[in-house]
Amino acid sequence: MTITPALLELEGVRKSYGDGVKTEVLHGIDLRVQQGDLVALVGPSGSGKSTLLNLIGLLDRPTEGRIAIDGQAAEQLDDRALTALRGDKLGFIFQSHHLLPGLSVLENVMLPSAASHGGFRAGMRAPAKELLSAMGLGDRVGAWPRQLSGGMQQRVAVARALMNDPPLVLADEPTGNLDTETSNQVFDLLRQRNAERATAFLIVTHDPAIARRCDRVVELVDGAIVYEGGPSGMKSWD
Amino acid sequence: MLALQLAWRFLREGRTQSLLILAGVTIGIAAFVFVSAIIEGLQVNLLEQTLGSQAHISVAPEEAPPRPLMRDPGIAFARRIEPSEPRRRPFDQWQRAVRRVEATDGVVAVCPKVSGSALAYRGAAEEAVKVVGADAARLRRIVDIPANLVDGQYRLGGDEAVVGTSLAEKLGAGVGDPIRVRSGDRESVLRIVGIFDIGNEMVNGRWLVTSLRNAQTLLGRVGDITEIDARVADVYEAERIAREVEARTGVPTESWMERNRDLLTGLRSQDASTTMIRIFVLLAVAMGIASVLSVSVVQRRGQIGILRAVGTSRAIVLGVFLWQGVLFGLVGALLGALVGALAGELIESSALFDITVTPRLLLTALAVSLATGVLAAYLPARRAARLDPAAAIRGDE
Repeated sequence: MTITPALLELEGVRKSYGDGVKTEVLHGIDLRVQQGDLVALVGPSGSGKSTLLNLIGLLDRPTEGRIAIDGQAAEQLDDRALTALRGDKLGFIFQSHHLLPGLSVLENVMLPSAASHGGFRAGMRAPAKELLSAMGLGDRVGAWPRQLSGGMQQRVAVARALMNDPPLVLADEPTGNLDTETSNQVFDLLRQRNAERATAFLIVTHDPAIARRCDRVVELVDGAIVYEGGPSGMKSWD
Repeated sequence: MLALQLAWRFLREGRTQSLLILAGVTIGIAAFVFVSAIIEGLQVNLLEQTLGSQAHISVAPEEAPPRPLMRDPGIAFARRIEPSEPRRRPFDQWQRAVRRVEATDGVVAVCPKVSGSALAYRGAAEEAVKVVGADAARLRRIVDIPANLVDGQYRLGGDEAVVGTSLAEKLGAGVGDPIRVRSGDRESVLRIVGIFDIGNEMVNGRWLVTSLRNAQTLLGRVGDITEIDARVADVYEAERIAREVEARTGVPTESWMERNRDLLTGLRSQDASTTMIRIFVLLAVAMGIASVLSVSVVQRRGQIGILRAVGTSRAIVLGVFLWQGVLFGLVGALLGALVGALAGELIESSALFDITVTPRLLLTALAVSLATGVLAAYLPARRAARLDPAAAIRGDE
């Protein structure tokens, strides 16, 4: 039997904060995400979800344990290699969309590609426009972020996360600031991408409706995984 | 390239802030250019006035000591020896010394000459003059009399002589008039062929310039000279070259810097105060840029975090803020140079000397402004590059 290497693999990941007396916020997390997975990461505030997402996103380093992305162990990489791996394999969607206000909508979408290639190039415009069209924003490519509604800005952020066609997208409360209808629209876009390109998503959410639409749910309480399985098995929502 | 592109977009986004600091840099560089141009113009003017009528370097044998006329060793009496008119010792092998001075690095013109005091007469007028005898072509490379002629021609052949405006006026003589010149018991009649105004009253009122042979005959120095004058390419190198000339010729040599110590001290003090003004102006510019960029780093913490999250390296983040410093420095230097040059033009009409913004000054302002921009931007840029992306995105301190 052949074991497919996981797209994301966490083994015994711990994270502590503080000088002297340390406070451990993650206690030995083990997690595997395969290509095409659509995983919801749920849990109460302060359970360590954002910390875990930052570790997976290579924005922070674990105190202990191993994180591997597409077979590459992060602990062996220096900052430059981590940055390259992050740009190549990961996409990010943040709760408050975090578009750069000085860049046009199109430039915001092109940003990950510009970071990989050392600058904005003419050849990046077509795929970025295509993504914006897929998000229903084909007519807003020249607009500035401040000229868009919150829902539109979040869709631009989704397009940006997908620009480099990363195998894994990390989304931190991607629908947290949106109304129900817009939330569903944004989630539909993620779902569609997942179905079409087998892009894996790890979505941190407080919204049970969003979590129920995922294939798998991981519940984190006090820095430890207390549930991992299908959404129907989540007792805490009952 | 990405760093420059993002730097430009950041500056464009914070337009008001960018324009304000750009105005500050422009004013600072304009002050730098304006003050430098004024001081440089003033110094050039002072040097031209001082060196326009004197050699950069003079090589001359020591003066002979005064001698008592009564030499009887058997008679003792109280006496005091008054120094007579300076009389230099003969200049041994001066032709060889001229060749050695000419062969010295940095020397661009050499003129052997003979000079001494005499009295000039025309009618009832009598004036003390300094007779200067030299080859016309050589002398004009030391003191540019032809460029300062106000009447007649610059010729020193036969009995020809040129004099300063004040001397001509005092003697009541014009071009074509003869004058009698007497030194000791020797007398010559010379004809004025040119009148010059060199801008120095000591020269205009006393100099009587004629051929080397005329002056040798008149001053009783046939075949001899009193000094060798030289001009050097860099006037501030004159003292060093003078020492080299002295070593080569074995004859006492004096530079203009030695003769004009007070002027040199004044010029150096001026340089020091200009340098201090420049440093304070540049410090103000640097602090302006640094403070604006520091605020910008704080304001853009979230954006920097996002840039890092999407795969932008620390080096590029560092570059984004360094480029902002470069752009402030570059554009500020160009605008500042323009404003400084215009201010110089405006004030030049009321100044007594030329205020010229030279290409060298503009290049210096550009280089200094760029360096100031980059140095001022470095600390904020380093801080931005070192931001923890996770904390920056969360908005933590």
